[in-house]
Amino acid sequence: MSQASQNPLEIVIVGHVDHGKSTLVGRLFFETGSMPEGKVEAIEAMCKRRGVPFEWAFLMDALRAERDQNITIDTSHIWFKTAKRPYVIIDAPGHREFLKNMITGAASASAALLLIAADEGVQEQSRRHGYMLSLLGIRQVAVVVNKMDLVDFSEKRFQEIETEYRKFLKEIGLEPLVFVPISARGGENIVEPSKSLGWFDGPTVVQVLDSFAPPVASSETALRFPVQDVYRFDHRRIIAGRIETGTLKVGDEIVFYPTGRSSKVASIEGWGSQGVSEAIPGGSVGITLEDQLFVERGHVALKKGDRAPGLARRVTANVFWLGKRPLKIGSVLKVKLATQEHSCRVAEITGVLDASTLEVRQGVDFLERDDVATVVLETDRPLVVDLQADFVSTGRFVLVDGYDVSGGGIVVGFEEKSVQVTAEVLNPETRWGILGQKGLIVELKGTDVARNTVERLLLESGIRASASTNEHAAALRDAGVVALIRGPAELSFDLSEVGALDVVTAIRLAARISQEPAH
Amino acid sequence: MSTAPSHNFFEGEASHLVEPKRYTPRNELPDYSHLDDLEARSIYILREAFNKFEDLAMLWSIGKDSSVMLWLARKAFFGHVPFPCAHVDTRYKIPAMIEFRDALAKEWGLKMVVGTNQAAYDRGQTYPAGNATRVECCSLLKRDGLQDLIAEHGYESVILGIRRDEDGTRAKERYFSPRNQQFEWDFRDQPPELWDQFKTDFEPGTHLRIHPLLHWTEVNIWEYIDRERIPVVPVYFAKNGRRYRSLGCAPCTFPVKSEASNIAEIISELQNTNVSERSTRAQDQEGEDAFERLRASGYM
Repeated sequence: MSQASQNPLEIVIVGHVDHGKSTLVGRLFFETGSMPEGKVEAIEAMCKRRGVPFEWAFLMDALRAERDQNITIDTSHIWFKTAKRPYVIIDAPGHREFLKNMITGAASASAALLLIAADEGVQEQSRRHGYMLSLLGIRQVAVVVNKMDLVDFSEKRFQEIETEYRKFLKEIGLEPLVFVPISARGGENIVEPSKSLGWFDGPTVVQVLDSFAPPVASSETALRFPVQDVYRFDHRRIIAGRIETGTLKVGDEIVFYPTGRSSKVASIEGWGSQGVSEAIPGGSVGITLEDQLFVERGHVALKKGDRAPGLARRVTANVFWLGKRPLKIGSVLKVKLATQEHSCRVAEITGVLDASTLEVRQGVDFLERDDVATVVLETDRPLVVDLQADFVSTGRFVLVDGYDVSGGGIVVGFEEKSVQVTAEVLNPETRWGILGQKGLIVELKGTDVARNTVERLLLESGIRASASTNEHAAALRDAGVVALIRGPAELSFDLSEVGALDVVTAIRLAARISQEPAH
Repeated sequence: MSTAPSHNFFEGEASHLVEPKRYTPRNELPDYSHLDDLEARSIYILREAFNKFEDLAMLWSIGKDSSVMLWLARKAFFGHVPFPCAHVDTRYKIPAMIEFRDALAKEWGLKMVVGTNQAAYDRGQTYPAGNATRVECCSLLKRDGLQDLIAEHGYESVILGIRRDEDGTRAKERYFSPRNQQFEWDFRDQPPELWDQFKTDFEPGTHLRIHPLLHWTEVNIWEYIDRERIPVVPVYFAKNGRRYRSLGCAPCTFPVKSEASNIAEIISELQNTNVSERSTRAQDQEGEDAFERLRASGYM
């Protein structure tokens, strides 16, 4: 008879590059006897063939590019067991450029080990990763101070790091369970207490792992049932989705947001199961209703009397941006929140946080990759939303720019106010102000070659310009374009007398908008 | 979770394919409740895939993992498999697999789409014919076979039953994993994936691989087969001291020494081994990064 198994506790290991995350994982495996047969020999043979020293990290760094450069590029999952329970260890990359992979790895974890090398101490990514854990809502953390062998197992050095890092973590609301000194390479204080660290009477790494609490279901009793799809199989209309919080029973009266329509649950559908009368959190279920309501993907059901979500058109969120292009005020993106997808516009960037120094910069109008900021988003259809502090799954979202998931955010506030609308008929000056360039009509005398050259140089320098007939010139100007014509105009250049670059410089100056705010 | 299975519905289903004695008697089943969470997560992903893509297929390799995945699809869609099941037939599969495929496809009413790289096979450009290495043979018959199938039917996305615990490159996969126009996997620049929000937007001409079983382990697969009474190819059970642990092409897949003749014994064997599952697949062993290169170029 086999033993009943349990699902592994997911632990992420984060920290600055080269502080020894992958080495710690390799060593944990070896010390706990979890290494697959022949794996150590295979790594030894590979190192010998390549003429490089043996690295425990090669266990996790499965990709050739990772072994070639001796860094972790993407997050990896690996299973191992202590005497107490099974684990999935998620090894997240420490390079700044791989923050999106670190976030992917950390987002699903129940607890985290933050690793700091004793010789280098607290570094930029040690702080940034700490902050990201806090933003992602991971509260169970322990700090492992690695490479103690490089500082002669000094208790004083360990305490310096603990004092400095504890202060930083406190500022971002993280209270670590414990600080543990180790040497991953030498296997000190991983499974067995280390003789070299005789002054330390705290736990080993394995004891720390075993002391983490398993995830507990939310104690929230209000129902959140986001609709994932509606199926019409076998003449039944089944509403499919996952119970995020609360429970659902046959006969319950439920209300759908944003429509406000309600009905009673007629059945909870299953296949291969009979007589299911109650659905509980985490379940991917299907229900039928007593009445024919219009329900579609994105709607969120709750029980009559449950605390209602917001119907928001303005959402304030703490956002991390991972996009290749900057996020600007005015950017139009797609927000995916639970199963809802809406277009949204970045209305405000209220403060950009340096996750390493915790300094907040104000008056910034764009975010670069890896920036963290408080952002206000506006949608034109109402978003069913909760504060993240109240309901996790309907209080967080990702942002899609073009084809790419480019950021994420947690909701810290919302308003039901509609998007700013304007009854104002735009005049050319307003239009030019928004575009940041005036429209002009310019007479260019000269050969076709010279005229085409000026047009191209203007476009390449970022000025909207177009050759035009005399009759279309005014419309182009009003639209904010420099119209280049043969006919007479106030601004006129003769290309047989003036060089093309000088003409371009003059036009650029004339098309420039003065630095005062345009509106 | 809600859908505590009572199994009665399936009594006898496909029982001619697998002898009932392979499964643990119902009154002796261990506590398999930890599988509820794995199941619910996979169903969520399958429903997400079906909602987002019209041109969708599930790759069914006839092995235990993709048979579990097929079962999960029937659970997700209330007894239906609302997309075609694609099988890349290399013509070298263990014969019992093809028999099993045809019997189960008929029984479950599956819409099957079978693809073969007939040209390479006819030219004899294969490992068994002596004109290709194992890895080249995999590239031609499996990778190219799959790519032709995707191109021919214009699939936007393909569901595959790979797991993170199988090997190091699969451990780094995403649930929704993009492939470019050349079918390549850019493992250096994978999309972020968090909070059950997946990459579902992609450029025309590229496609997605969807992996609903990433978080399952080999033991979980057998526990689930045991609990749900899912039919599997009989060669997984020991005969004359050997059984197949992983199924593939006959010339490159080797049985392991085993006395495990039922699922409980298989689970017990796996809980006490330190040998990896893919060690029985010869093509993985041809050089340090043979499997990584195969996968980066579009292999499953």
